[in-house]
Amino acid sequence: MTQFRKSIATLLLGLVAGAALADTTLLNASYDVARDVYKDYNPMFQKHWKAKTGESLELKQSHGGSTKQVRAVADGLEADVVTMNQANDIEFLADKGLVAKDWAKKFPNNASPYTSTMVFIVRKGNPKGFKDWNDLAAPGVQIIIPHPKNTGNGRNTYLSAWAWALKQPGGSDKSAQEFVGKLLKNAPLFAAGGRDATTTFMQRGLGDVLITFESEAEMIAKEFGKGNFEVIHPSLTMQTEFPVAIIEKVVDKKGTRKQATAYLEYLWSKEGQENAAQNYLRPRDPELLKKYAHFFPPVKTFTVDEVFGGANKAFATHFKDGGSFDQIYVAK
Amino acid sequence: MSTHKLTRATQEPAWVRYGLLTIGLGFLFFFLGLPLVAVFVEALAQGLPVYLEALKEPETRSAIWLTIVIALAVLPFNILFGVAAAWAIAKFDFRGKSLLITLIDLPFAVSPVVAGLIFILLFGSQGYFGEWLAAKEIKIIFAVPGMILATLFITFPFIARELIPLMQSQGKDEEEAAISLGASGWQMFWRVTLPNIKWGLLYGVILSNARAMGEFGAVSVVSGHIRGETNTLPLHVEILYNEYNAIGAFAAASVLALLALVTLVAKTIVEWRMKAETDMLNAELPGEKTA
Repeated sequence: MTQFRKSIATLLLGLVAGAALADTTLLNASYDVARDVYKDYNPMFQKHWKAKTGESLELKQSHGGSTKQVRAVADGLEADVVTMNQANDIEFLADKGLVAKDWAKKFPNNASPYTSTMVFIVRKGNPKGFKDWNDLAAPGVQIIIPHPKNTGNGRNTYLSAWAWALKQPGGSDKSAQEFVGKLLKNAPLFAAGGRDATTTFMQRGLGDVLITFESEAEMIAKEFGKGNFEVIHPSLTMQTEFPVAIIEKVVDKKGTRKQATAYLEYLWSKEGQENAAQNYLRPRDPELLKKYAHFFPPVKTFTVDEVFGGANKAFATHFKDGGSFDQIYVAK
Repeated sequence: MSTHKLTRATQEPAWVRYGLLTIGLGFLFFFLGLPLVAVFVEALAQGLPVYLEALKEPETRSAIWLTIVIALAVLPFNILFGVAAAWAIAKFDFRGKSLLITLIDLPFAVSPVVAGLIFILLFGSQGYFGEWLAAKEIKIIFAVPGMILATLFITFPFIARELIPLMQSQGKDEEEAAISLGASGWQMFWRVTLPNIKWGLLYGVILSNARAMGEFGAVSVVSGHIRGETNTLPLHVEILYNEYNAIGAFAAASVLALLALVTLVAKTIVEWRMKAETDMLNAELPGEKTA
């Protein structure tokens, strides 16, 4: 019994000592599908930082649904930086005082080092001949999307469809709401997250079309084979941003501001941009965008700021309780 | 009496007997056997070397290690609480006894996710003790202590639930005899009570251990999902699967399945020993009385 107690005590001591002796650690709380990006990026930055300062950094990742992740940060997950896929998740942290109010101006390009767009993934040969948003709202079509209320993926789809309808001749908020309502009626279910939607569409074979990030489309090609599906770029779609921010409270407490800032800034370096492109995210660097043009055909895009007056406003109008989504979805 | 019952059961027509047997075994095969086999088939789909390589991943190893650490950490608390609660309930009468029994069952009734959220509510930075903990620089939520707490909450009924009926059926005669013969409280516990309940206790330990290693919901809520740090095996399986890393996910799942199989074997051995011991006691009882 004493032997056993001793071994437990040693075990716990070992854990504590191990934590205390480690190098400076940065924790990056990120959204679900960003795993591949940062899996490659972290060793790159570690090397860069070591060469520049001689300090070895330990980089840790935490991934989950984007809204779940910011909730965890607000509840005390000690992340030094957040790398998200929608601005209003970071706005939420700014409201809580964890992130600077002017976070979007702390880094170039609206603090978003790369972008993507929303595309349609259809079955091989595009059997239903989908070309644009209105084809998806036709009766009898089944669309697969994650829940618009709590996933970035789902919200982007919702807003893309809304913006498209708004830009049609004679389009108004009323006609847009009607159109989105018709579109949502074609969703047999709402997947729990981006990856879940992909699995539902590709592995379970449900639905005629999956609406997701262009970057995710290329990941599907890698996993399920290029010939199994086709990517359709609609006539107008959202340019989605991937904003990053420093958690002020945490870096001040841990004394990691310098490292955390460098970690995010390095995303705009040639290496960081190239890594984004190789993970099928549109780099900000125009030269690289040209170099990878075969991945990134030119598309007509809009930003949330242009059409909806900012992420916060878009969220309040459409996804807050009682917002347009609730009106449409209850009315179903 | 028992032979009478037996002959009646076997007098059912053959088709009923075999029909029931087929349904029972068929169900077991499709719902338990096949998935178990599938886990190993998927894990080994690209051969043993790939499988072993997947298990060598530092993040997978750290997940296995953390799962074991948490299971070991909750064990002493579970034993202490389980024995104490069962002791109080089985050997004494007091007010509020039925309330205590109900409370012990609470974790069975509460969904694990809710259990996890309770801890966020208490210890999260916006929770009741959040500011105080932050000021003292104590990390509970999104760190190992929180995961241990959540696991403890989920697993604490198992040992007590196992011991209460056992101790109740044993009564308190032997303890009273020990005390009247001049034994101290601890002597009585170590020499009379503990030997009597040791197999039941071990059985409870095995069950709670199995649950501790497999727990997903409550731990997921308080983990924060930091890879290589607060990721247990069940959480790691989900992460790998979401990364389309089927081999890795099923390799990690196979470790969990192996742990479950070991548990099952240990449980069977303990059950067998328990039965052997009671049989032996029953056989010896008349002889002992005359001596």
